[in-house]
Amino acid sequence: MRDDQPPGSDITPESLYLRRREFLKNAGLFLGTAAGVAGGLLLLSGRRPGSITSAVPDAGAVAQPVVKAAGEFDTLEPRTLYEDITTYNNFYELGLDKADPARLAHLLKPRPWTVTLDGEVHEPRTVDIDQLLSWFPPEERVYRMRCVEGWSMVIPWLGFPLSALLAKVKPTSHARYVSFTTLMDPEQLPGQQRAVLDWPYTEGLRLDEALHPLTFMAMGLYGRQLPAQNGAPLRLVVPWKYGFKGGKSIVRISLTRTQPFTTWNMAAPEEYGFYANVNPAVPHPRWSQATERRIGDLGRRPTLPFNGYAEQVAHLYAGMDLRKNY
Amino acid sequence: MASSPHPWLNPAVTVGGLVPLVLMAVQGPLGGLGPNAIEASLNDTGLIALVLLVASLACTPLRIVTGWTWPARVRRTLGLLAFTYACSHALTYVVLDQGLSLPALLESLGERPFIFVGFAALMSMVPLAVTSTNAWVRRLGFPRWQRLHRLAYVAAVLGVVHFAWRVKKDLTEPLLYGAVLALLFALRVGEAMRKRRARAASAARNPA
Repeated sequence: MRDDQPPGSDITPESLYLRRREFLKNAGLFLGTAAGVAGGLLLLSGRRPGSITSAVPDAGAVAQPVVKAAGEFDTLEPRTLYEDITTYNNFYELGLDKADPARLAHLLKPRPWTVTLDGEVHEPRTVDIDQLLSWFPPEERVYRMRCVEGWSMVIPWLGFPLSALLAKVKPTSHARYVSFTTLMDPEQLPGQQRAVLDWPYTEGLRLDEALHPLTFMAMGLYGRQLPAQNGAPLRLVVPWKYGFKGGKSIVRISLTRTQPFTTWNMAAPEEYGFYANVNPAVPHPRWSQATERRIGDLGRRPTLPFNGYAEQVAHLYAGMDLRKNY
Repeated sequence: MASSPHPWLNPAVTVGGLVPLVLMAVQGPLGGLGPNAIEASLNDTGLIALVLLVASLACTPLRIVTGWTWPARVRRTLGLLAFTYACSHALTYVVLDQGLSLPALLESLGERPFIFVGFAALMSMVPLAVTSTNAWVRRLGFPRWQRLHRLAYVAAVLGVVHFAWRVKKDLTEPLLYGAVLALLFALRVGEAMRKRRARAASAARNPA
């Protein structure tokens, strides 16, 4: 030891040494508390790490539709990103949060699957989904989709017109409505384990609406098989109505004499009508319907009557008061 | 000078409490909040504002029940954080969601009760934030200041109503916060009654 080396007590006075320990202790408590508060708030608010899946499993390509120029029903507006269409979903059977359906999609098994066609038809039957799909050449339709919550998308669906399917079973002269039923299976659709809505989800259309050439059964999007969160293997798309009219993962299509019960209409009749035509003039009690945000846009755009399909469908409602029949 | 017993507590709560807001501001433009970042920010800022407000209201009952003193030390920080989130929530709605469109905003306030209730909740927090300093406690005198700050309960109840009205179907979460508020309120009422009885008993023992 060299002589000029000062004793250790001179280098760090004891009081400072103790304060250093206190400082370290306080710093540790500071970090722990800050992390605890931040972590607690993040957990509560649903920004759970990994809650938003950016990786969407590729559902696989299906038989490509004949490439064609934009048809008479196709919008030329920019298409919403595949990733957004498949990660931002209202499908309460797969969870209430919009990120839940993509997260839980693996639970829903779209094969084997059968669809029952019955009610007021001459040829009722239950068919395997692949057989049903083989009846129709896939066709692409680029439709606007407007949700009652005030957001919208542009989606290139793959499927066939519902009228073609109804022609297969030959509705009787008594048929006036069509009802659609979603799969009821709380194992595959865990949201059905809670009575948030009256399961299974049912939707309905008037027969003339169902036969309209715009009314579409989708089995894919962007040229790929429909992902479960979007209603695999078969869903209804009615582009001039709010999105909730489009029943997902359909197992039964029934023709009826009377207006069928529909899920949201039963849950809150003053908020969700049977018709649910997109109508900027009739506000929802909690949402103005005058404007909408296209997913991917920052601002809002005006909502068009019948979601921009008035020219094709307005005549279906001639003489009806659409403020009452919302 | 005697340092406060937990010098790290308020800085830590402030920093930790602001982390979600900073994350949102960073993640939103990068796509980390999902396809509808505005909706996600509205939901998250609103929920966090309510949670922090309820937490600030839990401080006094927690002190009563446990005898700890630290909850009272973070009450103001929690309240101001709640106000920060409530303001961010309102600004997100006014600026990003409605694009500062005055007609759309007036229509929301006039025709959608849940928005009016949310607005009322925010307004009832403004006097609390303004008078949150020690100088204001002195200026008003503690009893008056304390009476004014009972508005925090009004703000929280309005917040729960706003939330419940907004939810499309599942009321579980808003009802949970409502139940916590009711419990906190019951604890305070119980404590007030206990104090009153104690005062009455001592008055009876010492007649003037």
